[in-house]
Amino acid sequence: MTDTINNLETAAHPENLRRVAIDPVSRVEGHGKVTLLLDENDRVHQVRLHIVEFRGFEKFIQGRPFWEAPVMVQRLCGICPVSHHLAASKAMDMIVGATLTPTAEKVRRLMHFGQMFQSHALHFFHLCSPDLLFGFGSDVAKRNIVGVAAAYPDIAKQGVLLRKYGQEVIRITAGKRVHGTGSIPGGVNKNVSIEERDYLLKDIGQMIEWSRDAVGMIRKLFEQNLDEFNAFGRFRSHTLNLVRADGAMDLYHGGLRARDMDGNTLFDHYDYSHYWDVIFEDVKPWSYMKFPFLRSLGTETGWYRVGPLSRVTQCDFIPTPLANQARMAFMAFAGGSVAGATLGFHWARMIEMLHAAEMIQELLLDPDLQGTDLVHTGERQERGVGVIEAPRGTLIHHYKVDEHDQITRCNLIVSTTHNNQAMNEAIRQVARQYIDGKKLTEGLLNHIEVAIRAFDPCLSCATHALGKMPLEVELLDVSGNRVDVLSRSSDGAFCSPD
Amino acid sequence: MSDTFHLDGAEVPFESGQTVMQAALAAGHYIPHLCYHPEFKPHGSCKLCTVKVNGRTTASCTMPAEAGLEIESETEELNALRRTLVQMLFAEGNHFCPSCEKSGNCMLQALGYDLEVHTAGFRHLYPDRPVDASHPDILLDFNRCILCELCVRASSEVDGKNVFGLAGRGITKHLIVNAESGQLADTDIALADKAMQVCPVGVILPKRVGFSIPIGSRRYDERPISAQALDDAPRQSAASGGCTACEE
Ligand code: SF4
Ligand code: FES
Repeated sequence: MTDTINNLETAAHPENLRRVAIDPVSRVEGHGKVTLLLDENDRVHQVRLHIVEFRGFEKFIQGRPFWEAPVMVQRLCGICPVSHHLAASKAMDMIVGATLTPTAEKVRRLMHFGQMFQSHALHFFHLCSPDLLFGFGSDVAKRNIVGVAAAYPDIAKQGVLLRKYGQEVIRITAGKRVHGTGSIPGGVNKNVSIEERDYLLKDIGQMIEWSRDAVGMIRKLFEQNLDEFNAFGRFRSHTLNLVRADGAMDLYHGGLRARDMDGNTLFDHYDYSHYWDVIFEDVKPWSYMKFPFLRSLGTETGWYRVGPLSRVTQCDFIPTPLANQARMAFMAFAGGSVAGATLGFHWARMIEMLHAAEMIQELLLDPDLQGTDLVHTGERQERGVGVIEAPRGTLIHHYKVDEHDQITRCNLIVSTTHNNQAMNEAIRQVARQYIDGKKLTEGLLNHIEVAIRAFDPCLSCATHALGKMPLEVELLDVSGNRVDVLSRSSDGAFCSPD
Repeated sequence: MSDTFHLDGAEVPFESGQTVMQAALAAGHYIPHLCYHPEFKPHGSCKLCTVKVNGRTTASCTMPAEAGLEIESETEELNALRRTLVQMLFAEGNHFCPSCEKSGNCMLQALGYDLEVHTAGFRHLYPDRPVDASHPDILLDFNRCILCELCVRASSEVDGKNVFGLAGRGITKHLIVNAESGQLADTDIALADKAMQVCPVGVILPKRVGFSIPIGSRRYDERPISAQALDDAPRQSAASGGCTACEE
């Protein structure tokens, strides 16, 4: 028994077990499904996060002209289209041999921070604050944004306005709040006018203040629930993120830094245009999503996590004063223990939101935004790789373009895919902590979702990779017990039972 | 003094030889259209310009103007018909406006907005139409062709090159490139050709331009197609009575 409980990825004898599915995971973009296999004593034998949606983007883009990619890729994701827009643009900068002009680079950074800001605000206030403010197992009728609006109207209102501000930054730099076109191969198609700048400057002070308050709020929640928050879904893992040449946090550009779970550096300032030399993607028959790992450590132990927690803890400093102060307080809190907690993601995310607000202010005050030198091109290349730190973590876009300007190959590794194993790890931990041996309730199952939501996964864009979607058909008896299951794995083969 | 007809109750003067469409546009009355272009002989294929003349429907771009005609155009009945035609064109090809570089400059999209086409209406056919990227400077994206034949007409009548043609019938009708290989690279098309400028949708595109015009500055961002079309139409000149305002 203890053996099977230790490794919850695959149960030894699934045929005798009861199956519980959380389907779909709520308050997560896209469709995810978690399955648990339990025995008659409610002991947990298997826990898996499945991704059940397919978009086939990498096939779809083949044959399309390369300049279309930065706009086309935004269809991958309704929640962080700008990150895809910019990662693809960076790849296409390489294709057209460009060195960005200061105006182009700063307008793009501004767009990126607008995206970071609105996405983090959305995630924290709309998707996660209900769990954090009311408790993970609290009344499901109240545990939503409407409940937050009723109990904490100021917080709910700030959440809405913070997000709206980020969207305005996007609209002004990209042309539209969603599916803009601002970033093009080699640069941008517009600058930021004085009027646009002043319009955004008007509210930035308030945005910075509210972002500070949000950092304060998550700190307070940790103070009140330290033991539970610290232990919740906690696991150790390696990390991956971009850093600037001087080790500072840089969400738009930098070299790759990977550290193992003990803090030893595996590689640093690694030129991402050859990312495949250090990162490889594994496939598992039960999941549609790939499992990337660090080559030097191998498939079994080489998985890692990306995103706000990795970035905040693994950078040497944050290059804006308030966010850097907040980072230092975070790193020192409770003897540094929160820096490794799954729920530490939320705290790190709010520190980044504060950083984004400070950066937006800094950029808005930069006269380069009004420059008119928008695009540069140089010698054509056939391969382009663009990497950016998207709100959810490292995002890799990789294209090959032929002499007719058509895309012949595309590979994307999105943040949620990087975090695939880590999310599975977190929910297995939660299953051990909260569910194993207990009578299942909605409140208990929500604990699993709380762990998933900490990563802010965007499942809709994480499932673009393979050709066939895994399907599962299950047969349950009257009391909900599984009698049989027929599944199609990602290689298209049918098997029964799984 | 010219003769007149009535369009939606308004008196519209015309010169002999003018079509209903030409006279209407010249007098500042917009009738929706796609395959009509002021510089080319009318073609009468898209039927967007359908009006009711003395109670019978007909294409206004091919209908010669006659004195005393009673013509209806801006009616709910006709606009409903036009909406259906636009929906059919969208369903027949692969039109993904959010990622199309012609977005904002596309007549089909602009007409869709102007006619308030809010739903798909038909199941999309998703035809498989590979692009022709063989030419170093020009891309052909057949996915968006609405078979208006403007490029065919421009290439033969203005450029004297005959680069494009239509082949097949009915639903299999499609645009072809007149070269042995069927590839644009093997024709003498050039960026400066008239055929490069007439496509109402996003088929014939200069390469590497893409999305360089920001949202807000594109042709139909500022003015709806109904206003834009009137600007583009040849207008009566008080002095000569002739055409003075062709864009080129
Ligand atoms: S390519 Fe354009 S101009 Fe030519 S027939 Fe098709 S839609 Fe008309
Ligand atoms: S404009 Fe008259 S038929 Fe097309």
